[in-house]
Amino acid sequence: MPLRLTAEDQQLLDGGSGPGAQMAMRIVVRLAEALEAEQLLTISGAHVDSCLYHGPSTLAFAERLLALGASVKVPTTLNVSSLDLLHPDLFTGDPKEAEQSRLLTECYKGLGGQPTWTCAPYQLDERPGFGQHVAWAESNAIVFANSVLGARTDRYGDFIDICAAITGRAPAAGLHLQENRRARRVFDVSGLPSALLDSDWLFPVLGALVGATTGVQVPVVTGVPGGQPEHRLKSLGAAAASSGGIGMFHMVGSTPEAPTLSEALGGVDPLSTMQVSLTDLNQARASLSTATGLSLSSVCLGTPHYSLDEFAVLVPLLSGRQVHPSVNFLVSTGRGIYHELQLRGWLSTLEAAGVTVVVDTCTYLSPALTGGTGPAMTDSAKWAYYAPSNLGVEVTLASTAECVNSAINGVVTVDESLWANG
Amino acid sequence: MADFPHFLCPGQAEGLVLRLDEPLSLWGGLDATTGRIIDQHHPQVGMSVSGTMLVMPSGRGSSSASAVLLEAIRCGTAPAAIIMEHPDAIVALGAIVAAELYDVALPVVVVSPQTLATYITGDSLSL
Repeated sequence: MPLRLTAEDQQLLDGGSGPGAQMAMRIVVRLAEALEAEQLLTISGAHVDSCLYHGPSTLAFAERLLALGASVKVPTTLNVSSLDLLHPDLFTGDPKEAEQSRLLTECYKGLGGQPTWTCAPYQLDERPGFGQHVAWAESNAIVFANSVLGARTDRYGDFIDICAAITGRAPAAGLHLQENRRARRVFDVSGLPSALLDSDWLFPVLGALVGATTGVQVPVVTGVPGGQPEHRLKSLGAAAASSGGIGMFHMVGSTPEAPTLSEALGGVDPLSTMQVSLTDLNQARASLSTATGLSLSSVCLGTPHYSLDEFAVLVPLLSGRQVHPSVNFLVSTGRGIYHELQLRGWLSTLEAAGVTVVVDTCTYLSPALTGGTGPAMTDSAKWAYYAPSNLGVEVTLASTAECVNSAINGVVTVDESLWANG
Repeated sequence: MADFPHFLCPGQAEGLVLRLDEPLSLWGGLDATTGRIIDQHHPQVGMSVSGTMLVMPSGRGSSSASAVLLEAIRCGTAPAAIIMEHPDAIVALGAIVAAELYDVALPVVVVSPQTLATYITGDSLSL
């Protein structure tokens, strides 16, 4: 069945709302045809990743839309840029590229995006509700919207995010449709030690394993106690969307479309069931820890942007302590959360301990933020996945507490007891 | 998918097949200025995709892959075509915007797993 457009869609495509909206609609329609969608659907919001600078072509695209008079039709939040716009001095890279990055952020503000500059739009006050269609880009945000909020977005990337925002329409395809949201692969973790099942530290490692194993099929995790907090679901989803190509996962008893395993599967037999063992997890963990020695140059937390709940764990760990002078300790977050840290006095506690809180960007984008390419440590499987390529650093993936202890000691200090058999 | 091959983005291309053993996230995985694979976790790290008929099971990871593909097209380091087993909107978009912005048609094609399996690195292929 070919794509059917409404009269309003056709009017946009014919240029009736101006050449900017026309260009955006042309791209939405071409994507809809590629995905063999039968129609477009109305979205209530968008999260745009295109504001991160990837070279002159990405600026040329935004400038074209702006020059043609486009502007967003639905509430639109903006993802990280490559700069900390509140603390521009933190960027020590090429000033020309910094200027291009800044120009790109101005373009997306000009198109009507809100200057949120966060990869965790689900930590803002307004977030989409269950069953609402949105067009979100940024792999971890997509996974969170679908899995944890029960909102509906396909895996959108650069360019289509802003085009959907400008037209208010998106292809009726992928994870917008019920039949594509059911789980196909089961990951049963009930055989793991209960201390590990109780630990925040399980979730990034489990996410890395699930993503690498499931590929693009929607996975469901079963065997974890129900009612898991959002920060654990966030960390699992971000990891799985880095090591795999998923846009959604289910966790029985914790995510809204998985009250039971059978409901997550939509009553259909899964393609596979994996009984996850400690050995599997240790392999996943080892594959993300590339560091060979114990020396440490930087600790990078906050990928995706740290939430208040995550800061509530971190701040007491650092309170009254001092990061070793040879270690650069960075935590990334959004400016909304940063403001809250100031109000609560947490920012001064962190700064007194020698921690730098970075906003609007992410430390894995450029060595210009981490201040070099020495060995790094993180509690984020996503950071551990991308940093060796992006920054050329060696990484140790560890728990938040291990990251803090290592930063204070000035050398990698880990406790393997949680991961040992017996 | 009804019929194979299915063009996510139309175009014509020919070249030598480079078959990837694992999916590649273009962002963090491909250096657009050189066309080389830089994903340290990828078994084919260091190889150049420039001008190849790039065969991979699917895209993976970051939604910035579209931008990296567009930038590779602008730099002249992109593959001649991308052939996958699973449709991937993020990969397709890089090519769709390149057509809009630079009038370049880089075909992005989905084929059946059986067809995909017949493409061997080094074979010549035209679309």
